[in-house]
Amino acid sequence: MTRLDVSKHVLVSTHVLLQKEEAERVLKELGVTLDDLPKISARDPMAKYVKAKKGDVIKLIRKSPTAGQSLAYRVVV
Amino acid sequence: MSVADRKVVRGIGFGLLSPEKILRQSVVEINSPETYDQDGLPVPGGLMDRRLGTVEPSQRCETCGARAGKCPGHFGHIKLERPVVHPGLAKKVYETLSSVCKECGRIKLPEQEIEEYTRQMRELEGRNPNLAKALSKAIVKKASQVTKCPHCGTINNPIEFERPTTYFESSGGKGEGSALLRIPPTEIRIRLEKIKDEEARLLGWDPETARPEWAILTYLPVPPISMRPAITLETGLRSEDDLTHKLVDILRANEKLHEHISSGAPQSVIDDVWELLQYHVTTYFDNETQGAPSSRHRSGRPLRTLAQRLKGKEGRFRGNLLGKRVDFSARSVISPDPWIGINEVGVPQEIAKVLTVPEPVTNLNLQEMKELVRRGPKNYPGANYIVRPNGMMVDLRYAKDTNEIAEEIGVGFVVERHLRDGDVVLFNRQPSLHRPSIMGHVVRVLPYRTFRLNPAVCPPYNADFDGDEMNLHVPQGKEAEAEAKEMLLVQNHLLSPRFGGPVMGALQDFISGGFMLTRKSVLLEREEAMDLLYAGGYTGPLPPPAITSPKELWTGKQLISLFIPGGINFQGRANSCTGCGGCTLDECPSDGFVVVKDGELLMGVLDKKTIGASVPNSLLHFIIKEAGADAGRDFMDKAFKVMLRFSEENGFTVGLRDLEIPPSVREEIKKRIGSALAEIDQAIAAYKRGEIMAEPGKTPEEEIEDTIMSKLTKLRDDVGELAAENMDHESHSYVMALTGARGSVLNLTQISAIVGQQSSRGGRIVRGYSDRTLPVFDHGDISAKGRGFVESSFYEGLDPIEFFFHAVTGREGLVDTAVRTSQSGYMQRRLIHALEDLHVEYDGSVRGANGELIELRYGEDGVDPAKSNHGVALDIDRIIDMVMKEEDRDAITCFKRTRCSDRWAGKRGVVSDQA
Ligand SMILES: [Mg+2]
Ligand SMILES: [Zn+2]
Ligand SMILES: [Zn+2]
Ligand SMILES: [Zn+2]
Repeated sequence: MTRLDVSKHVLVSTHVLLQKEEAERVLKELGVTLDDLPKISARDPMAKYVKAKKGDVIKLIRKSPTAGQSLAYRVVV
Repeated sequence: MSVADRKVVRGIGFGLLSPEKILRQSVVEINSPETYDQDGLPVPGGLMDRRLGTVEPSQRCETCGARAGKCPGHFGHIKLERPVVHPGLAKKVYETLSSVCKECGRIKLPEQEIEEYTRQMRELEGRNPNLAKALSKAIVKKASQVTKCPHCGTINNPIEFERPTTYFESSGGKGEGSALLRIPPTEIRIRLEKIKDEEARLLGWDPETARPEWAILTYLPVPPISMRPAITLETGLRSEDDLTHKLVDILRANEKLHEHISSGAPQSVIDDVWELLQYHVTTYFDNETQGAPSSRHRSGRPLRTLAQRLKGKEGRFRGNLLGKRVDFSARSVISPDPWIGINEVGVPQEIAKVLTVPEPVTNLNLQEMKELVRRGPKNYPGANYIVRPNGMMVDLRYAKDTNEIAEEIGVGFVVERHLRDGDVVLFNRQPSLHRPSIMGHVVRVLPYRTFRLNPAVCPPYNADFDGDEMNLHVPQGKEAEAEAKEMLLVQNHLLSPRFGGPVMGALQDFISGGFMLTRKSVLLEREEAMDLLYAGGYTGPLPPPAITSPKELWTGKQLISLFIPGGINFQGRANSCTGCGGCTLDECPSDGFVVVKDGELLMGVLDKKTIGASVPNSLLHFIIKEAGADAGRDFMDKAFKVMLRFSEENGFTVGLRDLEIPPSVREEIKKRIGSALAEIDQAIAAYKRGEIMAEPGKTPEEEIEDTIMSKLTKLRDDVGELAAENMDHESHSYVMALTGARGSVLNLTQISAIVGQQSSRGGRIVRGYSDRTLPVFDHGDISAKGRGFVESSFYEGLDPIEFFFHAVTGREGLVDTAVRTSQSGYMQRRLIHALEDLHVEYDGSVRGANGELIELRYGEDGVDPAKSNHGVALDIDRIIDMVMKEEDRDAITCFKRTRCSDRWAGKRGVVSDQA
């Protein structure tokens, strides 16, 4: 059986794992701590796909009907 | 505030009162069921003992020495002769009892397991209360299955619980030999006492604040009298509080129990009274306990005991803490008044005399305030109270001479004067589902007894005048007043964040009036024009007439243009234009292409599409957006009045004659109906013979059903169109449908041509008798008529069968709305509660109450929908239009429409000559 590549699904937005420094920069920019970010499970297929560990920050790049493209951040828990 | 210290509340913890604590906080033991002696004095040791605090102003409290009001009240206690189960914890006690060994009091699980659970519990406690709860549930479930105690080997037979407060233990053995023995509360208490603190924790108790055995009451706190004051009726009779009644019951049972025990009565008698005591204590806590009959007053009214004071809509939480009754408010029936402004509210003088505004006296208003005080509370613009600089209030109702008091006032006084014209108040209609459910209105004191409301503000309140009532609140103080004026006034809520357009606008008669006035055929004489402009409050000069000879005449468009702010440009189609054949953008045979240039209505008629409520991208929308909220309000206040005045002068009425159609057309309609029905009958006959060809995926039944439905739909459309074409298009009924003022062309065809198919549950009507809708039909009749097709028109009248089907559809509609409103109302409530503390921060992100990030930018694009055009943030075309020079603009418009520019220029020239 072929494995399904979830990242290719139309409803799954682009997930990018942020490097430590970049994650820190983003948090500082937003004026939030890790706890204030929305969460994503470490067992989430996309979290596994980008090889994220607990405490990492994932950037989501989504298609948006209002803004064309929008960003969101998730902390891996 | 003198007795108690002020402290900051950091948290609230709940627990059980231990017997020791009950005794420690108690100032007196209550042991007498008598409350007053023959002389009417409180019996010492009775429920009205003076040491419990006093509520009578003449007496001092025997405990703290303070007078009523200052004395907070003090708890007493009752010593229960036999312990009873706390009814609120009965279930918990059952779980605990089932989980522990009756001999050694240990949880009936092996040592290792207990240790493991203890470790897990320590990890969860305080950090995740929900998981901790789930863990103890699991422990209870496991331990209660065990029979033989792993610690001491005792056999624990299963325990049964009977609501509300009885426990049984089976005597062991199976079938015949087993019996259920009642475990008395004394025994339960002994078992619970044996449980170790750490193990109690595993079972979900917090031994610091709630030891398990405290759930078995040995002492009962007696609340102070201030918690259960007696009320004196007009007859002079005292009526004790329900809690006092219940406590008397408890004391009686307790006293009886004491007598029986000390006289050595048989155990069965003692048990009976003991059970009675348990019952009274149970209902004292909660008179709606399952399994216990509710305790009632002599009149048969159930008593309102402790739980009832807290629970439900009228309980302490929902009734007193989350919502309170307020002063300076009024409620009355609303009625319409299109002649007051949209941000005004008509207040009956009677109400204005009761509601007051605190007005600080200054040098500037001293004389005025003196005059108001002199007039007093009875003469309308007057005052009800004054507040002296020392804070003392003087009630002018009881003043001997208001002249004298008026002379007394000076700077520093506050006069609570009557509500008067120009004051800003908050106006509200329930259910308050969104921000504009409460808006600021300017007061207009009027005669009669209803609140008056401009019908244009009905949509945000969802109000109508079939008996609706609304509430009014008067801001007390300058800060609240300023807030109401700056933020809450109606004009600040004209644009809705729900769909990016005006929620308020022209409705019904405003729309038909606007249409009739702005039609090409309207030419007004000087007197007529002036009358209309006067109605709109216009004070400027009359514009030059559109026609100068033989008579000076003005057009309706000219008059309306006087109220459109300069600089406003607009072009778009009117409601009455859609569907008119052969209409091109700027050349509509029905004058349906609206052009406004620099505040001048050059062509087109006004109707729902241009000035209606809830229509985004309309002329009204751009006036509000580009000229500002106040200009928008001004337009609605003035222009709408002109429209209404025009209706009033010319008359706008409807009659059945409006919908008459020529006999020849009616014959044609009947012919078409007849042939369509015949076609359907043939199709049904073919189906019955089994000759029907079903499309792939359909059964023959579905095929014939679809065929019938599509034929009937087509029939109605055809006939409707025919009827609509042959109706009097100048009739007011048709004008209302055409302009969107009220009703639709479909409604009109239902009246004059054919009502059409009635539906139930999304299809033809099929329910009723077996295989048929009514007994007048044969079994299996699937003809048009047999399944709810109404071929009559309302004009002709429906036959009884048609009438029945029409009623079926009508009823279904009513039921659906009733069901939908309750369901969507509940969903809305839940949603609001979930989202209530989300807010947009200054960085444009959406944050929760504690600053947690919800969304990087609101709506992903950061657009405020109230400031958008139907959700679109930037209307580039419109901006280009606004900044372009006129010639360029014309060039672009022409380019976009791929039309020649001289025609456009020519049109403009003709119209501007007129103006
Ligand atoms: Mg109503
Ligand atoms: Zn006291
Ligand atoms: Zn044991
Ligand atoms: Zn047209």
